[in-house]
Amino acid sequence: MSGRGRREPRRDLLLRAAAPILLLGLVLLALAVGKYPLSPADIARAVAGRLTGDDAAVPEAVSTVLWRIRLPRVVAGLLVGAALSAAGAAYQGMFRNPLVSPDILGVSAGSGLGALTGIYLHLPMALVQALAFAGGLGAVLLVTALAGRVRRHDPVLVLVLAGVAASAMLGAGMSLLKVLADPYTQLPAMTYWLLGGLVTVTGADAAAAAPGLVAGMAPLVLLRWRMNLLSLPDEEVLALGVNPRRLRSVLILGATLMTASAVSISGIVGWVGLVVPHVARLAVGPDFRRLLPAALLLGAGFLVGADTVARTAASIEIPLGILTALVGGPFFLWLLARSRRAW
Amino acid sequence: MTTRRSFLAAAALSPVAWARAGAAGQPGAPDVAGGPPLSRVFAAGPPAAVLVCVLAPESLLGWPSRLDPESLAWIGPPAADRPVLGRLAGRGSTVSLETLVQLKPELVLDVGTVDATHASMAERVRQQTGLRCELLGGRLAESPALLRRAGALLGVPGRAEGLARRAEQILAEVERERPRHASTSVYLARGADGLETGLGGSINVEALEFVGARNVAAAGGEGGITRVSLEQVLAWDPEVLVTQDSAFAGSVRSDPVWRGVRAVRGGRILCAPSLPFGWLDNPPGINRLVGVLWLARRLDSGQGGDDLREAVRAFYAAFYRITLSGSQLQRLLGETT
Repeated sequence: MSGRGRREPRRDLLLRAAAPILLLGLVLLALAVGKYPLSPADIARAVAGRLTGDDAAVPEAVSTVLWRIRLPRVVAGLLVGAALSAAGAAYQGMFRNPLVSPDILGVSAGSGLGALTGIYLHLPMALVQALAFAGGLGAVLLVTALAGRVRRHDPVLVLVLAGVAASAMLGAGMSLLKVLADPYTQLPAMTYWLLGGLVTVTGADAAAAAPGLVAGMAPLVLLRWRMNLLSLPDEEVLALGVNPRRLRSVLILGATLMTASAVSISGIVGWVGLVVPHVARLAVGPDFRRLLPAALLLGAGFLVGADTVARTAASIEIPLGILTALVGGPFFLWLLARSRRAW
Repeated sequence: MTTRRSFLAAAALSPVAWARAGAAGQPGAPDVAGGPPLSRVFAAGPPAAVLVCVLAPESLLGWPSRLDPESLAWIGPPAADRPVLGRLAGRGSTVSLETLVQLKPELVLDVGTVDATHASMAERVRQQTGLRCELLGGRLAESPALLRRAGALLGVPGRAEGLARRAEQILAEVERERPRHASTSVYLARGADGLETGLGGSINVEALEFVGARNVAAAGGEGGITRVSLEQVLAWDPEVLVTQDSAFAGSVRSDPVWRGVRAVRGGRILCAPSLPFGWLDNPPGINRLVGVLWLARRLDSGQGGDDLREAVRAFYAAFYRITLSGSQLQRLLGETT
């Protein structure tokens, strides 16, 4: 035990220094590769042009691809990955349950129903995204309000069960819309939305999602110490002078705001919010003060990496949801098998 | 130029040829061959509904899916007054077999891919309901045969023959011009964001491939609908962009990112009309015949000229029994005076 105690700080320092550097490297790689052939010289010229404010010498195609297509997509990947992972870590801690993912309270199903309704009504993309955001937020508010009325059972259990039931009902609504949709134009759009992806992300999308992500992140960061308390039974938390119901409500609101913002621009990207927090926990342990930054960095890196594969592996786009499940599932099992550390 | 002139002549003549065939195909009037025209036909999917609506609108029991009010206004009675009954597509069906039996159709007609899956599905419906079920191949090049076969089934072979000949003329005309379009690279921009497209050989790009244009997405392999990134479209750099989403066609011109694509810079954005049915792939029925004609003309020149207008007018008169006014035609072709 004593040997382990000595090794921990050094390992910790290494992780803290290495993680951001690795992430930066990944971002640069993601910016450098893509379907449109850009040489390193092109990129260097474009960056130099941007920095000096004199980009007259940069071909328009180069600056379009780099600044208007790749950069928004990489930024969106970072934001979405970080948001889903942080929200997942928060939910898993709050509900004391390793199987919980950010969509446990119905946020993904609500967003999905919102987006599909928008597609069904032939609304423009911006409104589809707004409906997705509103749907996700609305679903969770409804679930928490309903669960709050049930007083006789364990509040956490009631919340989770209400979320499962709401997701099922919202899922039924989505299926109904898919059945009613025009099979030649609307159905493919709906299917791709539900498979998730960052194909259509523009700078404006990333900018629109950013406030919700930051506002949702704030309570998680500010209350990261209190978050640890929620692993105790509610009575003990009360004894420590903290209202667990209120704390949970604030954290749920934050995590939901983040998830809904992310899902509104990316569609439903599964597995990130479930797997990444576990990987982060294996790396830094269950203390939320360390878990949160680790999950943020890992999630951001994982999604940017997966999205880079999604847009470069074939000449068509591979839906992101397929890749994250394909990569995340086996990786998760492998980690489980080789790790002996307790949750 | 001779080919174009001969085409013009054919287009001008065809409504006359048709009028004779059409008179023979009126309900009640005895047709050239076969039994009396059917009066109750269930269309299993949208391509079949278009076919029945064109050949024998009075026999159409209902629509497989909801149509825009605008489309219905173009279609007009009696077909436009029919209810939405749902589609018959295996597990994806929205009509129950019991409803189907209750409707007492003389024929359940499906048009689309003829493969083991779809054939066995039709066979199952036949066994369970005892109704007559027919599944006909719906590839664009098979349109004349499809019209003739359906005409025989529906009991309107006279009308069907006239339309089949017209379809043959269109296809032959466009086929002759294929070599001219072989060098033109085209991207089919589907969906509200234009980043959905059809891979090589997919039913969605049949019209595009039939005119001989080079579908840039065929580089992605064979298949159906897929998504691609804008970066990929920029790398393909197509000369022409074809869409059927008018909102997208409007926004893409002013979109700074899309401006990087050669087709957008050069203003070669072709927006396929969609009334009463889509001209490219919505649905993939005989409605695409006018689409290939339009596409071939628009690939050649900007507006398509008088011969395109005349051909469209003739097609609408023959197939949809719609006499297009000058302003309707202009609106349809998206022209500004």
